[in-house]
Parts: sequence; C-alpha cells; structure tokens
Amino acid sequence: MNYTMLYFASLRDAAGCDSERIASGARDPRSLYGEIAARYRFTFVMEHLRVAVNGEFAPWDQALADGDEIAFLPPVSGG
Amino acid sequence: MKVFSLSETAIDPVVLSSQLENFGTGAIVTFEGRVRDHNDGRAVRGLAYQAYAELAEAEGAKIMKEARARFEISCAVCVHRVGELVLGELAVWVGVGAAHRDAAFAACRYIIDEVKSRVPIWKREHYSEGQPEWLHPAKGSAR
Repeated sequence: MNYTMLYFASLRDAAGCDSERIASGARDPRSLYGEIAARYRFTFVMEHLRVAVNGEFAPWDQALADGDEIAFLPPVSGG
Repeated sequence: MKVFSLSETAIDPVVLSSQLENFGTGAIVTFEGRVRDHNDGRAVRGLAYQAYAELAEAEGAKIMKEARARFEISCAVCVHRVGELVLGELAVWVGVGAAHRDAAFAACRYIIDEVKSRVPIWKREHYSEGQPEWLHPAKGSAR
C-alpha cells in the first residue's frame, strides 16, 4: 500500500525530508515503524514514540488504509 | 479567535490579555514561558520550535476544552510560538479569566503542564558551543 510519511524534529533530520510517499507491505504503524526505523537508522524505541494517522493520535496496532498519512512523533518539548 | 493557536510571529501579551477582560472576571492569571540562556548546564543562545501544526492545534484545543470543564473559569487562551526565537523572547503564553483566583491559578497551571507534555511541538536549542540539538525529554522533566 502507499502511505504518506511525515517527519518531525530529530526524525526529520534523520530522514532528510519533512514528508515522502512510500510503498510498504506494512499493515499497521508497528510494522511500518520497523521498516522506516531500519531505513533511516532511527534510534528511538517504539515505547518512546507516539503515532498519528491522518492527523490524529492512533494506536500502534491500528489497521492502515491505502493513502493514509502517518507520523511517528518523538517525545515533545514545547513550552 | 482560536483559544489555542500557533504563532510564527512575536506574541503580544497586552493584546492577548485584553481579550480576557469582561465584567464577570474577578481574576486573571497569566503564564509567560520565555527563552532562557541556559539548559542542563549548557549556555543557550537561541532556539527554534517546530510543530505538527494540524495535530498541535487539535490537541491544544482539546486541552483548553478540558480546562473549561474542570475549573470554574470564564475564558482561557494559549498561544505557542513556532520558528526561530532569541533569548528572552516569549515562547508560550497562557491566560485564564475567572470569577475567583483559585480556579484561575489551577486552570493556568493545568493548561501549561498539559501543553508541555502532550502537544506535538519540538524545541531545538542552539548552544554557544557545539551543534544544535533537538530536545526529546523522557518523562519527569523539569517543571
């Protein structure tokens, strides 16, 4: 399936882009993170990240649909 | 106006405060978060905030709604900067109006704490020495 990935903060630096279209066999954010983290050598373990699908926080086992927009969110530091 | 918003330009607390005033408001509590010149033992010379704007605005609005449900307040506004900031500049502003001070203090504290822990905004510090770094704090960071 095709997904749009969004990257933020240190993950954006590691990926080298703020967004991209990818083709993947992953069907949930958990397995997708495994692929993406290996590709860009992300150092965060999943437990330290949150995931958003189509602009909303989502569980790691949410079933993904073709065309979904996915972001892995590192620990926040606003304020 | 939006009760929670991101701003690419300088925050003006005078303008924001004036939006909280009405004759039923006996107490206004505000919080100003500013860029300081040190963090974790390192000299800081400036910073940048990056946000996942769509989700940050939705989560921020949710926090403001929670505050209005939990506390006896009449109004609340929060603005968070994005982009490059210099030392001393306002990074985040929270203002709460209520009939009485207890609710205003409590709601203001609630809003800033929740914004810091939940809203997808990230800080990148520029140091006097060494490379700039994104801050990705573990739970239990300084309050």
